[in-house]
Amino acid sequence: MSDERENSVKKALGKEAAFGPSVDIDKFGEGETHPEQIGKLDDTPEDLKKKMENVGVTVDESHRDGTILFIDNGMSHCSNRAQEGLYIMDTKTALKKYDWARKLSWNVMDPTKDKYTAKTYLEDSDGYFIYVKPGVHLKYPVQTCMMLSKHKGIQNLHNIIFVDHDASMDIITGCTTVHGANDALHVGVSEIYIGDNASLSFSMIHSWSDQTAVRPRTNARLGKNARYVNNYVVLDPVGTVQSYPTAFLEGEGASCSFNTMCIAHENSNIDTGGCAFLNAPRSGAEILSRNITYGGSMVARGRLVGNAPGIKAHLECRSIVQKDGGVTEAIPELEAHLADVEMTHEAAVGKIAQDQIEYLMSRGLSEDDAVSMIIRGFLVGGIKGLPDSLRDEINRAIDKANAGN
Amino acid sequence: MSLLEIKDLHVQAGDREILKGVTFSMEEGETCVLFGPNGSGKSTLLASIMGYGQTKITSGHIFFKGQDITQMTVDQRARLGIGMMMQRPPNVTGVRLGDLVKVTAANGHGCTGHEAEFKMEDFMDRDINVGFSGGEIKRSELLQLSAQAPDFVMLDEPESGVDLENIGLIGRKVHELIYGSTTCGRPVQRVSALVITHTGQILDYIGADRAYIMIDGTIRCSGRPGELLKDIKENGYGDCKSCRTNVKIL
Repeated sequence: MSDERENSVKKALGKEAAFGPSVDIDKFGEGETHPEQIGKLDDTPEDLKKKMENVGVTVDESHRDGTILFIDNGMSHCSNRAQEGLYIMDTKTALKKYDWARKLSWNVMDPTKDKYTAKTYLEDSDGYFIYVKPGVHLKYPVQTCMMLSKHKGIQNLHNIIFVDHDASMDIITGCTTVHGANDALHVGVSEIYIGDNASLSFSMIHSWSDQTAVRPRTNARLGKNARYVNNYVVLDPVGTVQSYPTAFLEGEGASCSFNTMCIAHENSNIDTGGCAFLNAPRSGAEILSRNITYGGSMVARGRLVGNAPGIKAHLECRSIVQKDGGVTEAIPELEAHLADVEMTHEAAVGKIAQDQIEYLMSRGLSEDDAVSMIIRGFLVGGIKGLPDSLRDEINRAIDKANAGN
Repeated sequence: MSLLEIKDLHVQAGDREILKGVTFSMEEGETCVLFGPNGSGKSTLLASIMGYGQTKITSGHIFFKGQDITQMTVDQRARLGIGMMMQRPPNVTGVRLGDLVKVTAANGHGCTGHEAEFKMEDFMDRDINVGFSGGEIKRSELLQLSAQAPDFVMLDEPESGVDLENIGLIGRKVHELIYGSTTCGRPVQRVSALVITHTGQILDYIGADRAYIMIDGTIRCSGRPGELLKDIKENGYGDCKSCRTNVKIL
């Protein structure tokens, strides 16, 4: 790394993020770098296993093509069942092993973006590296699990995903806290590359503790006719989450969709959304955000930037407020740099319509059941291609949230 | 004991009094028709019986099966056996019709799996009422009611917005709902119905025992459905002969 870059990144250590409350990084100590190694997933300790399953990561690998687990800052397990066509390993190993991988490191993400990316860069953080060879279509999803295990600790990860041209992959990534690591910070920088005619579906489920601070930083670059689906789900209480994944659609006909589903419990502060730069002709983007607040604070953002002719993009931020106490905001932004674009947005914040609740009640459902059914539909309805496991997880969380409120 | 008994019911919607002292009753197995000009309070009466929140009962009582249901919640009333086919039910985005039919059957006495009879098999995975045509909404409502199998059913203009091709199916299904069918393997039993109709078209499919005319928030008169309808068609509500001659009806 050049001195000049290093200096500018060092300067960025003092740079606050564009959105969300500031997290005092110095408050947290280094997370574990040599965690317990889990050989076979079946041998995962019971307490961890339960936490993993809560976020869609299963120890039964029969329907997974690969699995990688991180506990704090160290890899704890890595397995590859697809073998041919799939590389899965920790980022440091990949960068040592492959010249081409180094070109992907800190390429679509600027380390000076904010203090979180700067820290990850300067510490040369490890993370997961997943690559799919050209033309390979993985049959089952690859799963990754990021666990925070140290109270007052920081997890700093640098992940790289590359789906080469004409290939496809689904990733389910679950993030959670274990061993009572309640007050901890998760920073995950993910750089995603999707080649020509390739596709990636990336579903992230977060289940943290009520004091956890979470700062994921995800950027993706898409080639010609590439397709990227990003599902982000936060259903359990959390301290603060701020996430604003950004896609750069550089190839003609590329498309992306960001789906965010959040429940903001009391004392949770959630600021999420997505951003797409439509830089190539006939590219398309859809950003959908569906949130429920039970007294927490919720900001749903979305930004579409149209830089090329023939693009189509839609943005939808909808929030239901179930309980007073927090602030709910919807901030949709559209920016067009030429005439030949079609960009639309919708935003709505409010309570569930009483006539809908009563309509379902007139079929014999109790008020609670009617509300649950509407909320469930609200969160997942209209979002296509949601994995069934994710749907089950959402149902579980809604029942729990309604029971407790 | 009457199945449904309404005593001097006064109801507000917003700040406006819509029902101004409605008293009437229905017996078990009876089908009654409610006629009346637009805005006379017919739908408000049905909404009050179902317990919908946009209506506020300021005085009076509603009894069903001998119980005072005036203060009951909508679901309590549904579980007691009251069912409703709304004229314009709300869209419920994200909730699939099939899921609602399933939970309705679980809470009620009807059964699932009969969507084909209602020509609704392609709608079970769709969001309830979202993008449905007039006829599709009616078929969806009737399918839901068949899963609920209430003892008393209120139908708010079952034929409105329905094309000629659909009216036959809807008429037959309304008939089955009221007179019973064997589709669910339950005994054939006639249920009571209160039907709002403007055109009387639905009366080609069901027999009605009695008709009432509601004007300006009160029930003005009653009589045989066919006769009253003929009278209204010929003379209009303002000059309804029955209402002129039959002043005291209750």
